[in-house]
Amino acid sequence: MRVLLFGRLGDIAGWRERGFDPPPVSLSALKALIAAEDAALGLAIDAKGVRAAVDRVIVRGEAVLEAGAEVAFLPPMSGG
Amino acid sequence: MIRLTEARFDPGAELTAFCAGRTESGAVASFVGIARGEGGDATALELQAYPGFTEGEIGRMVEAAMTRFDLHDALVIHRHGPIAPGEPIVMVATASAHRREAFEACDYLMDYLKSRAPFWKKEHGPGGARWVEPTERDLDDLARWD
Repeated sequence: MRVLLFGRLGDIAGWRERGFDPPPVSLSALKALIAAEDAALGLAIDAKGVRAAVDRVIVRGEAVLEAGAEVAFLPPMSGG
Repeated sequence: MIRLTEARFDPGAELTAFCAGRTESGAVASFVGIARGEGGDATALELQAYPGFTEGEIGRMVEAAMTRFDLHDALVIHRHGPIAPGEPIVMVATASAHRREAFEACDYLMDYLKSRAPFWKKEHGPGGARWVEPTERDLDDLARWD
């Protein structure tokens, strides 16, 4: 599973793209795993206005994740 | 057509190509956005896009504009990656039968691009770097179309 971080999230984490193996089975499991490793990043991806996309589609709430999924965390967009 | 690019582009050449061969569009309007230097406060701009996702979201905005303003065609070119002051960041061109629709669609698309398009913007200046989010002004501009 590939996880992508955009905007300030990448600065907080110190990475912008990472593989997760074994892959978490759900979005909430992925968030819990991230929070356990890096508390600051865990809070940041759960903050108001941060959205998640699975395979480039915005998801609201919980989502089941396939092993090969691409999950992106998107902070509020700046516009161009 | 929507194009995301990390390379510089030539707005004049793009506009010439966009106008070429049109026999039924009586009007083409265009806008070019350029990176401001802010008198030395902004030394460089970095725009992050999510390739594959960003074009899809912009595509939906363009579809909405095509219908709303009865456009014949629309062009959006948007840079991402590092951009120096003075370089074009974005270009929008719209074609329609008459001028009013082309002007308004161009204005509408820019308001959407400035506040809703999936980009994350980092300004590098003498005091360090900061992530920028849409301004109140950008959001007010967007609300004009509701």
